[in-house]
Amino acid sequence: MALRPPPSRRPARFLALATVSALALAACSSGGSAGSNSAAGSNYPTGTITMVVPFSAGGPTDTVARLVAEPMSKTLGQQIIVQNVEGAGGTLGAGEVAKAKNDGYKILMHHIGMSTAPALYSNLAFKPLESFQTIGLVTEVPMTIISKKDLAPANFKELVEYVKANKEKVTYANAGIGSASQLCGLLIEKALGVDLTEVPYKGTGPAMTDLVGGQVDFMCDQTTNTTAQIKPGKVKAYAVTTATRVKSLPDIPTTTEEGMPDLKVGVWHGLYAPAGTSEAVVKKLTDALAAALKDPKVIEKMADLGTAPEAADQINPAAHTAKLKAQLDLWTPVIKAAGVKAA
Amino acid sequence: MDNILLGIQTALTPTNLLVCLIGCALGTAVGVLPGIGPTATIALLLPITFNFDPVSSLIMLAGIYYGAQYGGSTTAILLNLPGETSAAVTAIDGYQMARQGRAGQALATAALGSFFAGTVATVVLAVFAPPLAEAALKFGPAEYFSLVVLGLVASIALASGSLWKALAMIMLGLLLGLVGQDVESGASRFTFGAGELDGGLNFVSLAVGMFGVAEILRNLASGIHRPSMVREVKSLRLSRADFKQMTPPVLRGTLMGSLLGILPGAGHVLASFTSYSVEKRISKTPERFGHGAIEGVAAPESANNAAAQTSFIPLLTLGLPANPVMALLIGAFIIQGITPGPNVINDEPVLFWGLIASMWVGNLMLVMLNLPLIGLWVKLLTIPYRVLFPAIIAFSTIGCYSLGLNAYHVFAIAFFGLLGYVLIRFGCEPAPLLLGFVLGPLLEENFRRAMTISRGDASVFLTRPISLAMLVVAAVFLVVAVLPSIKKKRDVVFAEDE
Repeated sequence: MALRPPPSRRPARFLALATVSALALAACSSGGSAGSNSAAGSNYPTGTITMVVPFSAGGPTDTVARLVAEPMSKTLGQQIIVQNVEGAGGTLGAGEVAKAKNDGYKILMHHIGMSTAPALYSNLAFKPLESFQTIGLVTEVPMTIISKKDLAPANFKELVEYVKANKEKVTYANAGIGSASQLCGLLIEKALGVDLTEVPYKGTGPAMTDLVGGQVDFMCDQTTNTTAQIKPGKVKAYAVTTATRVKSLPDIPTTTEEGMPDLKVGVWHGLYAPAGTSEAVVKKLTDALAAALKDPKVIEKMADLGTAPEAADQINPAAHTAKLKAQLDLWTPVIKAAGVKAA
Repeated sequence: MDNILLGIQTALTPTNLLVCLIGCALGTAVGVLPGIGPTATIALLLPITFNFDPVSSLIMLAGIYYGAQYGGSTTAILLNLPGETSAAVTAIDGYQMARQGRAGQALATAALGSFFAGTVATVVLAVFAPPLAEAALKFGPAEYFSLVVLGLVASIALASGSLWKALAMIMLGLLLGLVGQDVESGASRFTFGAGELDGGLNFVSLAVGMFGVAEILRNLASGIHRPSMVREVKSLRLSRADFKQMTPPVLRGTLMGSLLGILPGAGHVLASFTSYSVEKRISKTPERFGHGAIEGVAAPESANNAAAQTSFIPLLTLGLPANPVMALLIGAFIIQGITPGPNVINDEPVLFWGLIASMWVGNLMLVMLNLPLIGLWVKLLTIPYRVLFPAIIAFSTIGCYSLGLNAYHVFAIAFFGLLGYVLIRFGCEPAPLLLGFVLGPLLEENFRRAMTISRGDASVFLTRPISLAMLVVAAVFLVVAVLPSIKKKRDVVFAEDE
């Protein structure tokens, strides 16, 4: 490109042009090299990696993503930026990663919503099993069945009786369509054989506010959100929905102990790349994830959230895919039977 | 007392002073730029604060939040570009003041009012946080519904000449607020199958379009021949008369903002609108409102800043978020290994009192940052309009694009800019529309929630005392509006015609 008028007469303009063209060149060259290197996978990663979180910043999934992103970026030697692409129950963010370039520079942290989306949304822009390459499971956040502090029942058995006897009156709060609290509510309905009066909120925060304020009767939500309110007694906890007791809440029995093994639900999180990502890249991501989940700082912070990293044998694509398949098989009929539709 | 000393000690360490300054300066910057809000900024900076100690990181993040409330009024006043809900109210009279060459006074009023309100609200936070938080929990869906009804009725009842137009705008706003996925059934409403609309229309693109872009279109259509927005910028200093006029509104705004800020969800939004309506209602010269009344800047700005501080109360005392920014701060707490909840005050006194003390320090910093900048900001207005307006459009476009890195937001400001222009030509004002847009979803959600909980029994709104009281006040407002004898007092709350 010829630069006219001569640079000597218009130094400012020349400088500006030169800067812009230099920047453009730099952008092109770095973009190009990142693409070609990743195809081989040997030098991966050579640039910043974006981890898409399909939910709002500050939420539980976002917290999990940020917890593992930091040590992962240390292992990989490149920065991982967490980007929140929220909307449509997490399907917008997932859709974005599904159609992203499969070079490992755009990955997705998603939760149980990946397995419920096909039943909830009729026009999904992706297929959970086909559009993504699984990287590994991250953590499964337990859920707790809690109530406002002055609800009559003293334990889980009494709560079951109470809900059955007062099914006309009892209100169940959830954090909106497709939320973990709504899914848990569906399982409660199935286990108890009742039809709950559900009070939906826009997110977990306002739902918890109204539960603490005693406006609604009970709900089931992740330990991430509930532990802080359970410990000082602002809400009453009846059971955890895991196979074994939760370390941070040792006094609360499991639903299995209480004779309802089917009422088992955890918000499992997994890391995904677009389908077709090369094996070498996937392996690097899986290894970085596994290393992050061994980091004592991550373990400690997850414990603060009332959860723990997945067992070592779950942090790989095969176990992740198996989990995704099993969960799709569990939730699709439950959601269809309840007639829940998101769009 | 020990606690307050502890807090001051914590806030005044060199590190914390520095992070507080960084937070406030950053907040002001993102507040000034349309589109990029505190939520996005805090989300971006969250990973950086991993490496800070918890107190410093929260001091900085909090500084961004209330700094943004401060900065948001600047573009609203200078360019009619409100970047957030509360600034939309400030734009009504603030922009008129700027057009009259009193931009300096408007900005100074906003800065001083905000500082005063911030100081008072910090004291409120330190002294009354726990009981106020408990009181806020008494607000259930029924109470919120009645509060929103009161807010809407108050604004309608105050309208006179263009009562029907104001009413129509509020209705249009309510309808626009319905766009998106229904919380209860999940059905998509008014989205025409466009997935981008499922999450609802975005406030920022609506406000930037209806106010900023529409105003530019109006200026261009009316043939701007003047070299700049303002022919002469009069003195920047506030006169004694100005101080006398702004003091009572600042006091009332602070009180209202402090109280409403505590309410999760609706409070912060209602604070600035309500305080503006009240000022106009009790003013002896309500006709000045909408034409550059200094009270119309002082009241909402104080209310807004007070509410920004007290909205920390539910978070710090109960671990419950009052708005998306607070939800983000909960994430910051957790990442720092602090469980946000009722125990924070006792378990983490350094954090709690340090944060509160830093808020006052931060408010002081903001005033010192902003007052000297006023001269600079006002100079912006002397830039020839043919240079200024493309720059405004460019910044608005970039800002709105950054909302979701989606071109849809850019089309949205273009659409709402055109709509806003057409409405202005018909003599309809955008402020009531924005009020309806913001309050509409709250009205609907809380109505349905209250009805679900009461199993369809509408008497719940009358049997709960707080709710009943608010509906009674709303009814009184309505009667006042209908009775012709009191008609004199009725005036157009949102009229901004020339």
